[in-house]
Amino acid sequence: MVAANISVTESPLVLYLLRRADDALILGHRLSEWCGHGPMLEEEMALANIGLDLIGQARELYSYAATAENAGHDEDDLAYLRDERQYGNLLLVEQPNGDFARTMVRQLFYSAFADPFWRATMASKDPTLSAIAAKSEKESAYHLRHASEWVIRLGDGTAESKRRAQEAVDDLWAFTGELFHVDVADRGLIAGGIAIDPETLRAAWTATVSDVLRTATLTMPASGWMQKGGRAGHHSEHLGHLLSELQWMQRTYPDATW
Amino acid sequence: MTTPTIQLWEVFIRSRNGLAHRHVGSLHATDATMALQAARDVYTRRGEGLSIWVVPSNAIVASDPADKDMMFEPAMSKIYRHPTFYEVPEEVGHM
Repeated sequence: MVAANISVTESPLVLYLLRRADDALILGHRLSEWCGHGPMLEEEMALANIGLDLIGQARELYSYAATAENAGHDEDDLAYLRDERQYGNLLLVEQPNGDFARTMVRQLFYSAFADPFWRATMASKDPTLSAIAAKSEKESAYHLRHASEWVIRLGDGTAESKRRAQEAVDDLWAFTGELFHVDVADRGLIAGGIAIDPETLRAAWTATVSDVLRTATLTMPASGWMQKGGRAGHHSEHLGHLLSELQWMQRTYPDATW
Repeated sequence: MTTPTIQLWEVFIRSRNGLAHRHVGSLHATDATMALQAARDVYTRRGEGLSIWVVPSNAIVASDPADKDMMFEPAMSKIYRHPTFYEVPEEVGHM
């Protein structure tokens, strides 16, 4: 590793943008890992499409974060030159793909939040964030539909697919509490009408997920202990491995072009 | 990648208002909902469409290539069915 970490001055807005950008980039990267391994050609395309949508959202959020920071960084610096502890993504999105059921359940949990999140963020008083939200909302609506339809078919499918889907739901459930994380930095943005309070989305998220799981004949875990840490840079052991693959090229050959 | 037990669907896309849906290809999907989603993902990635139809491939009744002569040959010789023997009066202009 040659290129050193950059140091980002994290105003509340920059931090807020980076966390959402990190969510989109890490989940998009996870989906890109399916490239060449999709269960069928049609799903191979769908996973790559969703991954590219998310990476596109990440780019816009990183670019805006760089503009807001105004320290000479660009979207690539923010994506490639921050280390694990500087990443503020949800623990949910860094969890390994596992089997197809696990990937779809993870997508359902994330998209059931992202869809209403972006729709609500369209009303942000920050015009750039509002514009990013308007584009992201249409994409997220499709991601949610796609993941929902698959979870329904896997849960209400064969004994094997149901077992795998239920295992994924049970294993990933503890990471869903963090979707609604808010800290001091967010409070000012929420009060100023820039950010929305994720707590206002909890009922919608719970309704969406419980509807899908019921239709899928899967059991919704009783809300219990929730794992936190991603937003504060405390990640699971998986993120370091992911970043080493994601950042290797820029770290080893800084500013390489071709 | 083999998907032996999954149904095959034919995909038709309408690219613009006023045009007819055109056959663009086929895909595998477990049911109609998933077929529409797969069609969206596989065939409209570059803004090709405004509307999608999917039809189970086995719902299409096709003519037998072996019947080609019986089916199509008689039409070939009936040149009078083509409106090429009529003089179009000058006044009609462009038809």
